[in-house]
Amino acid sequence: MFSRHLSRPSLGLLLLLLVSPLTAVALDASERGLEIAREVDNRDAGWHDLKAEMTMLLKNRQGQTSLREMRSRSLEVPDDGDKTLIIFDRPRDVKGTALLTWSHKTGQDDQWLYLPALKRVKRISSKNKSGPFMGSEFAYEDLASQEVEKYTYQYIGEDDLGGIPVFINERDPVDPNSGYTRQRVLIDKERFIPLKIDFYDRKNELLKTLELRGYQQYLGKYWRPDEMFMQNHQTGKSTLLTWKSYAFQQGLGERDFTRNSLKRAR
Amino acid sequence: MMRYASLAGVLLGLVMGDAAAEVSGNLIFEGRGFWQSPMDERQVDSALSVSGEIEFYHEWDEGNQSFTFKPFLRWDQHDPMRSHGDIRELFWLKAGDDWEVRAGITKVYWGVTESAHLVDIINQTDLVENPDGEQKLGQPMVKFSLERDWGTLDFFLLPWFRERTFPGVRGRLRTEPRIDTHRAEYESSAGQYHFDFAVRWSRAIGDWDLGLAHFRGTSRDPMLRMRLDDDNTPVLIPFYPQMDQTSLDLQATKGDWLWKLEAIHHSAKGNTYNAAVGGFEYTLVGIRDSQSDLGILAEYQYDDRQQNALTPFENDLFLGLRWTANDAQSTELLAGVIQDLSGGGSLFNVEASRRLGDAWKLSLQLRAWFDVPKKDLFYPFNRDDYMEVTLGRYF
Repeated sequence: MFSRHLSRPSLGLLLLLLVSPLTAVALDASERGLEIAREVDNRDAGWHDLKAEMTMLLKNRQGQTSLREMRSRSLEVPDDGDKTLIIFDRPRDVKGTALLTWSHKTGQDDQWLYLPALKRVKRISSKNKSGPFMGSEFAYEDLASQEVEKYTYQYIGEDDLGGIPVFINERDPVDPNSGYTRQRVLIDKERFIPLKIDFYDRKNELLKTLELRGYQQYLGKYWRPDEMFMQNHQTGKSTLLTWKSYAFQQGLGERDFTRNSLKRAR
Repeated sequence: MMRYASLAGVLLGLVMGDAAAEVSGNLIFEGRGFWQSPMDERQVDSALSVSGEIEFYHEWDEGNQSFTFKPFLRWDQHDPMRSHGDIRELFWLKAGDDWEVRAGITKVYWGVTESAHLVDIINQTDLVENPDGEQKLGQPMVKFSLERDWGTLDFFLLPWFRERTFPGVRGRLRTEPRIDTHRAEYESSAGQYHFDFAVRWSRAIGDWDLGLAHFRGTSRDPMLRMRLDDDNTPVLIPFYPQMDQTSLDLQATKGDWLWKLEAIHHSAKGNTYNAAVGGFEYTLVGIRDSQSDLGILAEYQYDDRQQNALTPFENDLFLGLRWTANDAQSTELLAGVIQDLSGGGSLFNVEASRRLGDAWKLSLQLRAWFDVPKKDLFYPFNRDDYMEVTLGRYF
């Protein structure tokens, strides 16, 4: 995972760094960071499939609000990124629109959009991951399957978040099309779940903060938040994403995540 | 139509009787203004219109079976041909593990390009709705699909043919002389009852999406034959020949670039040709550090019938810009021009839309034709530049 860090400096610099004690610390930090990310991933493995309802409350600086309602279905793909289907219910003019994503651990995700008025399935470019999702403060990449391979890591240290001991883990998106230079993730030391993420924009300025609240455990293993609150510090806008009716292992399979299944998704 | 209506009534009753039915729809108010004097003095300069669409949906068998009913109705202030109703959908669906069947009236879309829709031929065009031909009439069918590792195979049985709608005498955006749809003629003696077939294979391989299809049956695209009316004025009569059409559609999604191609081989008695449309859409993401995207579209349209083509697109270039604000109101703007490279005219097109609040949507459409030669199929539209504003309520 740290090969990206190592491939950038010249060979001479690399050798110099290898003999310096500082490097050992840097490598330790990235190894430790990766270790934490892997543990987060491992503890959440095996959920197989999941259905959930989502509500997004968009708020602008003036306090005007706008509501989005969606349903999501996800399928765990053990050797690759997960498959996700999101069906829109509200606003009503986009009702029935559905977005299918086959995420991949490396390379671009595959994405298709279904437009119900035309009955058209459109393959779309997944490169635009930094764009807003449904006009909200969530970018596509914020909602995408969080694969370990999509970032490089740097362990920063430990802290305390409202009485909960946390790791501070910084991660850099591997994809150059990401809208972020880095993300600072606070991870619950005991449960290995993210509680807060600070997003830094391409100019390395603090852009957004995501708070994940009201975690509940399902099937005695999988932690999911009831709320995800995203605050944009630069625009003053915010989005409250509320999750409802989490239902694990509903018998979903590959056939529920095909281009053809998009046309009958409800 | 009457038979449809009574059947729909029975099914509607069944659905409405069930509390689990899901209802959605829209009501759209439309105003159109034409600023040039018409070719025929009976044609109007402006028109108000209202359309409504309701969808009833019910599913059972853990979502593996469903029933959909979607009637559509439009009223137009002046043109009785544009005031019309249609059953857009009335079908039953059953999905198995790797197969699916749909029986009833529904709509199917094939294709990838933006400026022309060559391969999309299952449904008839509801031309009175919009001259862009993107609105379709419900098509009765039985569709059977197989989903396998090697792709999706769709089989279509199409037992009844829908005739294209055309604006009436008072309406704009029509031919001169007018088209008399009541006297449509068919090559097949079975007329509207000719049984049509189609098969399509489609598959996504990596970042490629491709489809191959074959259609045999009544052409959706009528030829127009000059006849005399009862009072000896000339009229055009739609003639629907039998045809075979093989098609290919292809899209390669390479980062910010979408590369698209649609190609057909069409053969009918005395009318065999090849046509294609291909090009790209390139998206500039987050222009000038904003949240908005700008798409650049270019497509070339080719038809080997050249000037004899019944389509206005035989050697044309389409250039367009698509601006997407990515804001909470989903503001969008598409502006484009289609230029006939063989010395014909050009069509200028702008479409914009924005959501108002949570349930309303405002749209604007502007179309203008320039320097259309007299022999061109679009010539009668030359004086029909127009602006359309719609306000829709969605529920």
